[in-house]
Formats: sequence, structure tokens, C-alpha cells
Amino acid sequence: MSGVTMNEQLVADGAPQAVSGLYQPRLPRWAPAALALGAAVVAIAIGLGAGLGSRVQWGLLAGVLYVAATFVVAARVEGRRQAKDRLATSLVWVCFLIAVVPLVSLMWETIARGIKVLDGNFLSHSMAGVLTIQPGGGVYHAIIGTLEQVGIATVIAAPIGLLTAIYLVEYGRGRLAKAVTFFVDVMTGIPSIVAGLFVLSFWILMMDNGYSGFAGSMALAILMMPVVVRSTEEMLKLVPNELREASLALGVPKWRTILKVVLPTAIGGIATGVMLAVARIAGESAPIVLLVFGSQLINNNPFEGAQSSLPYYIYEQWAAGNEASYDRAWAAALVLIAFVMILNLVARGIARWKAPRGGRS
Amino acid sequence: MAKRIDVSGLNAYYGAHKAIDDISMTVEPRSVTAFIGPSGCGKSTFLRTLNRMHEVTPGGRVEGKVMLDDENLYGPGVDPVSVRRTVGMVFQRPNPFPTMSIFDNVAAGVRLNGGRVRKDELDGIVEKSLKGANLWNEVKDRLNKPGAGLSGGQQQRLCIARAIAVEPQVLLMDEPCSALDPISTLAIEDLIGELKERFTIVIVTHNMQQAARVSDRTAFFNLAGVGQPGKLVEIDDTERIFSNPSVQATEDYISGRFG
Repeated sequence: MSGVTMNEQLVADGAPQAVSGLYQPRLPRWAPAALALGAAVVAIAIGLGAGLGSRVQWGLLAGVLYVAATFVVAARVEGRRQAKDRLATSLVWVCFLIAVVPLVSLMWETIARGIKVLDGNFLSHSMAGVLTIQPGGGVYHAIIGTLEQVGIATVIAAPIGLLTAIYLVEYGRGRLAKAVTFFVDVMTGIPSIVAGLFVLSFWILMMDNGYSGFAGSMALAILMMPVVVRSTEEMLKLVPNELREASLALGVPKWRTILKVVLPTAIGGIATGVMLAVARIAGESAPIVLLVFGSQLINNNPFEGAQSSLPYYIYEQWAAGNEASYDRAWAAALVLIAFVMILNLVARGIARWKAPRGGRS
Repeated sequence: MAKRIDVSGLNAYYGAHKAIDDISMTVEPRSVTAFIGPSGCGKSTFLRTLNRMHEVTPGGRVEGKVMLDDENLYGPGVDPVSVRRTVGMVFQRPNPFPTMSIFDNVAAGVRLNGGRVRKDELDGIVEKSLKGANLWNEVKDRLNKPGAGLSGGQQQRLCIARAIAVEPQVLLMDEPCSALDPISTLAIEDLIGELKERFTIVIVTHNMQQAARVSDRTAFFNLAGVGQPGKLVEIDDTERIFSNPSVQATEDYISGRFG
């Protein structure tokens, strides 16, 4: 009703004041950038004037000034509602920058310090016969250890996690499913050192096996399983029920429906989840210290004898406490970050490659 | 090929809730039977009991008899999977498999049912099904493109092609045109007219004109009140239902004087 009367009024008056309620002054597009620049300049001036030594203080000052200035300027020019909108936007931006600072500085620090000794020799040699105070030596034995331990852990944990998630989403009803969900939640919270202690008491002390990469893999698998279950579960839940029904209505048995329709639809997300779980356990050092023992030598056999791993190597080199070993620790940290990053890129690649294609062709 | 469906004393439940109450009816072979009625009266639930899809819903349970010629779908030892191969279904929203091409979508039923099929045989089945669904000319040059890239109406016809590719005896359609524009609807209604030469077709629709246009017989469902189970009010020749129904409630519903 009111819409009709409004239109009639518009037609009757035919004058712009009829729509004056829709028109409001707006800040120009460059305003946020200009305000940010202004806030930074003022913050630096205050910082220099008051003799604030820390750059962090300058940055925080600039952030506060930027948020405040945006709000005040927007409130004067655009009105209260727009000002609130701008306040929220500027807060999000400042928080984003604050969140990015540690990441960038971590990457910067690791690359700057790690690149010094990172070369072909470093990647292809172990620490055999190298004293910790000597430069040289390498990370090869640790890379082998990490690859094998993480690989075995994935081979154990990924299928179990995947099948558990399929059970929970496709079959699980009632008590058993609830219990499984509960224990998966509990497992998510297990600290890595506890998983290490469990395997230590069970596998090494009780069953009298020696230290080995495999013992470490078992602890890593315990840590990895709940992550795989959770992420796979979420991905399977995203598959529309209509697809399952469409397949069942064609007379396809349930197991084939899951195998041929549900899993392919979700495979991109599942692969991403598994890769993220792998990345998570690749950085674990506590179970490795307890179960793999650490070694200076190349040991290609994960089932017998001590091995090293990248996180353990970093810890060991840092603990050695001299110039040459610090350099090696940073270089190994860079290798570990690169390893995790490559895994992430691979996961994204798989997700994009396997994603259901919906676009018009 | 087409078979007669004979339902007697059918009740369906969602957990403790009774969704449809004591339905008995006969669906003639090689004809189109339309189900009409207000939302929530159990039309779709009843349709899903005809190929044992109802029990896929958690808590879904069925009592009674559904005879397909002389076999009871709910008899002991009947495999729901083989029932669904005999009684195909098309859903309200087009649901092509997003990971598969147009070809693979149509071939899905045949392939996933496990049988080893020769490539040229499969080509033949896909072409015949797509032609049967009046989609062949539109997609024959892009069979390996994703099925989800088609328009809504084309997707629905793709789903019909997928359903008829496994050569069912009966085709159930749950509001197949409710998400489509009038032109696609017309295409599908024409298709239903052609398909009834080969299949027994049951269609649920909210569109009275559609029921009048495509069906030979019409069943009117209603429910006594909110939370009450749905009931079959009457089933008769479509002409009679729309001109001179024997129950007052049917006339009220069809003429829009309902509730």
C-alpha cells in the first residue's frame, strides 16, 4: 500500500526532494587510504616526539589513530550508521594487519637466517662425523626420518580416519555413533607428549621393542586420526542428500553409492583435510624425542634403530648452542616450513582439480 | 514392460509420527497417474513408498502391501536395491551427479549397477535414453561436458534420461516441473506423454492444470488436520475428478475453495 502511495507522490511532485531521503554525502573512495597514511604519519611523529623506542608502539598508535579518525570523519560527513560501518571495517583491517605481523616476521626471520647454510650439500648430507661446533653437515637424515615417519603415520591414520568418518556420516545411528564422536573429540585434545608416552609405555617398555621411526609413527597416527575424522566428516556432510537419493533410486547399492557418488563429490575437501593433518603432525617433536630417540646418522629403515626428524633436528641443533648449529637449526626450520607449504599447495591443487565442475560450458 | 501397481492398506511412518494412513489404490500400466493435494498430505511420502525410498529416511517405516503385478515389494526377502532398479524415480530438484559428465550421468545407473557393459553398447544406451528424454539434439556435441553445466530444464531431462537408462518398469516423478519455467515444463509434459507408451508413470504435482493435461487418472490426497496422517480421498479418471468428483473436498480443492 505505502509503495503505491509513494509512487503516486513521486509522479505528482516530480521533484528531486521526493527522494531526498535516499541521497547522502559519501566519503571519496580514497578516504580510507588517506586516513591510514595520515594516521601512520601522525603516529610516527608522536613516536619520535615522545621518544618511544619500540616500533610496535608506533604501529599500535597508528592503528588506534586510524580507527578513531575513520569513525570521527565518517560520523561528521556520512552520518552515524555509515560511521559504524566504517568503524567495523577499519577494525577488521587493523586486526588483519596485527594477525599478519607475526606470520610475516616469522617467515622473514626464518628465511633470512635459514638461507645462509641452505644449499645442496645441506640437503644431501647427514651430521655423521660433524661436530656441533663445526660448520657444514646437513639435514638429509632428518628429512628421511620425517618423510618416513609422517608417511607411515598417514598410511595408518588416513584410512582409519576416512572409514570412521564414512561410518559416522553414512551409517552411524544411536549409541555407538555418539560414543565414537565423543571419543574422537577427546582424542582431538590429546597432547602430543601424552600420545608419545602411551606408545612408549605400550610399545617400547611393555612389548620391549627398541626405539624406531615406526614407534614415532604410531604416536603421530594417534594425533592425526581425529583431525582426519573431523575434516572428512564435515566434507561428507556437505554432499547433498539428493545425490545419495538419486543414486539409490537408480538401484545402486548403498556401498557403491558412497564409493562412486559421495566420495568423488567430496574428494577435494577430504584430500585437503588429510594434507592439513599431515602438516600438523610433521611439526611434532615431543613424541619423536620419546620414541625415535634422535640420531646423527642416516637410517633408512623406519622399523629399526633410532632416526631423526626435522623438528627434532631443529631442537637438537638449537640445544647445542653455538653459531654453526644455530645456522643449521634455522635452515632446518626453513626446510620444515617449505615441506608443510608444499603439502598445502598440493592439497589445494588436488581440491581445485577434483572440485565438482558446475560452470556452464 | 510396464507393470500394474496394486497398493493395499499402506501406512508409512517417520519414527512415531504416522505420515500416511491406510492407502489402497491401483495404478494402471502404460498410463499416467497424478497425485494432487495440499502440502504435507503425504503425496511424496506415498510416492517414495512405491520404490522403497521411504525407508532411506532415518526412522522411515512402512506397513502394508505394494503389489507390482504379482510380487509384493514389501514381502520378506525382497531386496530394496532390485526394487529401485524396477521402479525408477525423478526428483523435484534436478540432481545430476556433479562430478560426472553428461554421458557419465546417463550411464551412471548402468555402470554403477555393476554389470560390465561394452563401450558401444553403453553408447547405444546413452543415445537412446537421451533421445527418449528429448535431450539428445541439445547435448550430442558435448557429452563429455559436466552435467551440472546444463540449464535447469535440461538438467531435469538429463535426470529423466538417467532414470530411463536402467529400463525400469515404472517411473515415479516427484513434482518434476516445480523448479522449471513454463517452456521446460512443456518439454517435460510432452515427454511424459511419450514415455507413457513404455512405462507406468506416477507423477506428484501441485499444478492442477498439469495434472489435468498429462494424467489419465488422478488421486486426491488430504489430511484431516495439522499433525494428522494424510489420506487418499479418492482416485478416478482425471476427467471425472476435474469435472464431477464424487467427494465435496476434491471439488473444493480443485476449484480453490479449500480450507
